[in-house]
Amino acid sequence: MSLRPDLAAIAEMIEADSRVLDVGCGDGALLEHLKRTRNVDGRGIELSQQNVNHCVARGLSVLQGDADTDLADYPSQAFDVVILSQTIQATRAPAKVLEDLLRIGRRTIVSFPNFGHWRVRLSLLFNGRMPRTHALDYAWYDTPNIHLCTIRDFTQMATQAGATIEKTLALDANGTKPVQADAFGPNLMAEGAIFLMNRRGGAAWGPIAHRAGSS
Amino acid sequence: MAQTANPTFLRPVCEPEADPGKAITFSTPLALDCGRTLSPFTIAYMTYGTLNAARSNAILICHALTGDQFAASRHPLTGKPGWWDIMVGPGKPIDTDRFFVICTNVIGGCMGSTGPASINPATGKSYGLDFPVVTIGDMVRAQAMLIDALGIEKLLCVTGGSMGGMQVLQWAASYPERVVNAMPIATAARHSAQNIAFHEVGRQAIMADPDWKNGDYGTAQPGKGLAVARMAAHITYLSEAALQRKFGRELQDRDQISFGFGADFQVESYLHHQGMTFVDRFDANSYLYITRAMDYFDLASDYNGVLADAFRNTKARFCLISFTSDWLFPTPENKRIAHALNATAANVSFVEIESDKGHDAFLLDEPEMLQTVRGFLNAAANANGIA
Repeated sequence: MSLRPDLAAIAEMIEADSRVLDVGCGDGALLEHLKRTRNVDGRGIELSQQNVNHCVARGLSVLQGDADTDLADYPSQAFDVVILSQTIQATRAPAKVLEDLLRIGRRTIVSFPNFGHWRVRLSLLFNGRMPRTHALDYAWYDTPNIHLCTIRDFTQMATQAGATIEKTLALDANGTKPVQADAFGPNLMAEGAIFLMNRRGGAAWGPIAHRAGSS
Repeated sequence: MAQTANPTFLRPVCEPEADPGKAITFSTPLALDCGRTLSPFTIAYMTYGTLNAARSNAILICHALTGDQFAASRHPLTGKPGWWDIMVGPGKPIDTDRFFVICTNVIGGCMGSTGPASINPATGKSYGLDFPVVTIGDMVRAQAMLIDALGIEKLLCVTGGSMGGMQVLQWAASYPERVVNAMPIATAARHSAQNIAFHEVGRQAIMADPDWKNGDYGTAQPGKGLAVARMAAHITYLSEAALQRKFGRELQDRDQISFGFGADFQVESYLHHQGMTFVDRFDANSYLYITRAMDYFDLASDYNGVLADAFRNTKARFCLISFTSDWLFPTPENKRIAHALNATAANVSFVEIESDKGHDAFLLDEPEMLQTVRGFLNAAANANGIA
């Protein structure tokens, strides 16, 4: 079974034997791949109960939950890596979610579709309607993607959150091969992006202990 | 010191071919949460499958309020199949070809473990209300002594539904180093006000029966009261939808309503049957004691109200399972456990199964539950080198 290319690119960023939390882990494909190939201690959170049941039946540690509400329960710096793939644009409060991710993980990986891609821009310019591309194939009224952003937008939010961006990968026009971001306008050319971040030396973290309301 | 023998049951065995299991009697006193001790005390138990050479494949199953040690084999008193027959057996999710399964009758119970119907060595008569009030913690402490006696250091998994799930949580909290995996099903870390209220209705029904005689009824059970207690409780195990689907307003053995108080409706007849058959296999005082143990259960209270602290030292992998139509131990109560476990960064899975069968769903053929248990235990076995 081959892993979706963007997930494979994420997997490449993860060191062997690390503790990984995959937020929005879907059917568990990435977690299983990481467990098998990198011996990670993986956990998942997934909104769809059907997906959760599928994951647990596969032997993965996954629980039903919502990035918007349930990340608050996790202690700080509990994981080596926290992953949020293709999900941040569907959360109600992306800044709060990113804040939690940076707090929970020593490193954070976020991937998302780039609303600054030239197809999206041209689509609105020429059609005068909400863009609908193969990467974002929803009508405006039934899209789960309520908080779309461009690569530049995300970079700004991450910087504001105090994150150090270690690496950025731009997913190319076919969405298949990650390419190193360079000066040649990934915000225009990339259909999506993967950010590897950390906030070491950023906020002062408390020890891993219970917080109010965690009972 | 401990001695093993055949268990003594309150009623005659009607299935002579059924394995009665074993009973182990400890001369070491059992220290109880109420401050008293129980000595000597007996635990009746069943085992299924074979303990491997590394002693690493043992799974402890904890039973619910009215369950017993006969999880996967014919009940010697009723002749019915084991209460978790769907789950436990050769090739089943809790695979007895692979795992060594232990199921004990809880302290306070009435299937061979020491309970209120047992003989009080101080008086030579049944304890009755002289039996100390026991807790979920006491039940688990007694089980741990049995596990010691069996020469098992670590349990590959502790599992159970409802009150069984409470014991699983208690195990993880009390013996974090002995529980490798924990699978509490359809349970809660505390008994809710509503659940205590339902139990109190049941207890009052028993105590209002003139045959109860302040618990000193000998062999003549307060059957009417116990049956009413069971009927009231049984409603809480089902969902409104399941009752409606099963019975609706269908009449029992008649074409029209009788303008009287006989069992006009099928649902009434069904409840009467549930009550009557229960009296044949369960002791009224045991019902009082075990419901009380559940009412007193509030795991967080031992940890300054912080549930997460109960799991601070656990290294176990957890799998929590709840059912959509279970209103006795609803999903939010199970989720509360998951949140507390998350707060300690424990390894936890949580699955909510779509079912209209109410609380009892954990005992029934729910394919998604069976699949979940199978997947969880497979991963547990693989991680611990169990063939």
